[in-house]
Amino acid sequence: MKAFTYERAKDPVAAARAAARPGARFIAGGTNLLDLMKIEVETPSHLVDVQDLGFDRIEKTRDGGLRIGALVTNTNLAADERVRRDYGVLTRAIMAGASGQLRNKASTAGNLLQRTRCPYFYDTNMACNKRKPGSGCSAIGGVSRQLGVIGVSDKCIATFPGDMAVAMRVLDAVIETVDANGQQRSIPIVDFHRLWGDRPEIETNLRQGELITAVTLPRPLGGKHLYEKVRDRASYAYALVSVAAVIQSDGTGRVAFGGVAPKPWRVEAAEALLPRGAAAVTARAFQGATPTEDNKFKLPLATRALASVIAQAKA
Amino acid sequence: MAGISEIELSRRGLLAGSAATAAIVASPIPAEAAPVPPSPALASLPVSFEVNGTRRELKLDPRTTLLDALREHLRLTGTKKGCDHGQCGACTVMVDGVRINSCLSLAVMHEGDKITTIEGLGTPEKLHPMQAAFVKHDGYQCGYCTPGQICSAVAVLDEIKRGIPSFVQADLTDRPQATNIEMRERMSGNICRCGAYSNIAEAMAEVAGAKA
Repeated sequence: MKAFTYERAKDPVAAARAAARPGARFIAGGTNLLDLMKIEVETPSHLVDVQDLGFDRIEKTRDGGLRIGALVTNTNLAADERVRRDYGVLTRAIMAGASGQLRNKASTAGNLLQRTRCPYFYDTNMACNKRKPGSGCSAIGGVSRQLGVIGVSDKCIATFPGDMAVAMRVLDAVIETVDANGQQRSIPIVDFHRLWGDRPEIETNLRQGELITAVTLPRPLGGKHLYEKVRDRASYAYALVSVAAVIQSDGTGRVAFGGVAPKPWRVEAAEALLPRGAAAVTARAFQGATPTEDNKFKLPLATRALASVIAQAKA
Repeated sequence: MAGISEIELSRRGLLAGSAATAAIVASPIPAEAAPVPPSPALASLPVSFEVNGTRRELKLDPRTTLLDALREHLRLTGTKKGCDHGQCGACTVMVDGVRINSCLSLAVMHEGDKITTIEGLGTPEKLHPMQAAFVKHDGYQCGYCTPGQICSAVAVLDEIKRGIPSFVQADLTDRPQATNIEMRERMSGNICRCGAYSNIAEAMAEVAGAKA
């Protein structure tokens, strides 16, 4: 691990100011950042510890939604009674991810910023445009079974690996931030993660030093909340394909896919076809997909996973 | 296939390398990056926390993980280093009553925390009920993952008691029960290469007062 200096920030704007310096990074749970620092994929020169900033509460908003502090752990978010009752898709998605130990440490904000699990991103001997811009992409033409089928580019075919954000996308969550000047902004989750395009090293629309303070959920949607995750083992593995859905009794609803793209993949025009069945939805949601030989199985798998979700909603 | 050079690869490197064999054929290995200059020595930072009820004060390189602080600085070698990447659970300890991977946490971030390791659960003379149940049910073979398994198992039963939900729960608003399927799901962050899983679940069931 490269050496770094460390500070424990006492207020959000001071933290943002400290992290705006080149080479500085925020650290919350640290479960992803430290893992990558050990293999020197991440080499921050300064860490700004945000654990004292008090963003560890879940509160009701005035319009009947929930405001989740950026530092609320995955476990505490999933276990919150209001989340379990009104936003079950979120509890199910979080509990489908990682392990108990990791969920006890991983934060809400950190989970949104989780980096890809593409094996070529992790292997510093291989070309990776995300890790080292301009070096190429060993995944293209390489072993790509886990990698993306849509929204990818000729520079990078990695996926966003998380589960929580897929549920948040279905719920139309909004990410709140503050910057070094004390300026606050709200970013709808649809605009938070970027498609790779020519700059796969830039994964979100956050600016250097911009600090996530909370994630808000609009008022509850009702309906059945489901999260189906297909993976290589029954627990503690990344998704090959996942489906987050909220389905109403009349068969309409919302659906987003994980494990397939650089961001949680939701196409509103596709979910409008939910009453016509899974195949209609995925045909539209994955229009223009560019799978590899290795991962083209993800397309029929997405249809079948969604069919399973629709069947569970009817049960 | 790759001959003796493979012996020099780390396990992680070997796994990634074998997964990437096709890519090596398809695209040339990129030129080595310009060597990054070695980091200058940085000042150690003071940290104090409580380990198994005793106040400990250390001065540490900020890079020191909680795991290395426990093992290398406090000589509490019961907690094990398996993968050092949060994948195996051998390093599981409890911090303020909650289980975490101590390998993925910086020691300096634990100022004022209360840490419990396997040494704090029981002693050879006075075993923790979970330790005794592991012995009785043969919940280990080589024993390397066992301290992490036991810390995790104790914490899992507490999580069930506190009503923390899980992926295998049918109704999220129900209180979870210590069933076999619940314990297996909740213990998935602890890998046992000897495959003692079914006996671990039985040991946990005995402590939980349930049937496996």
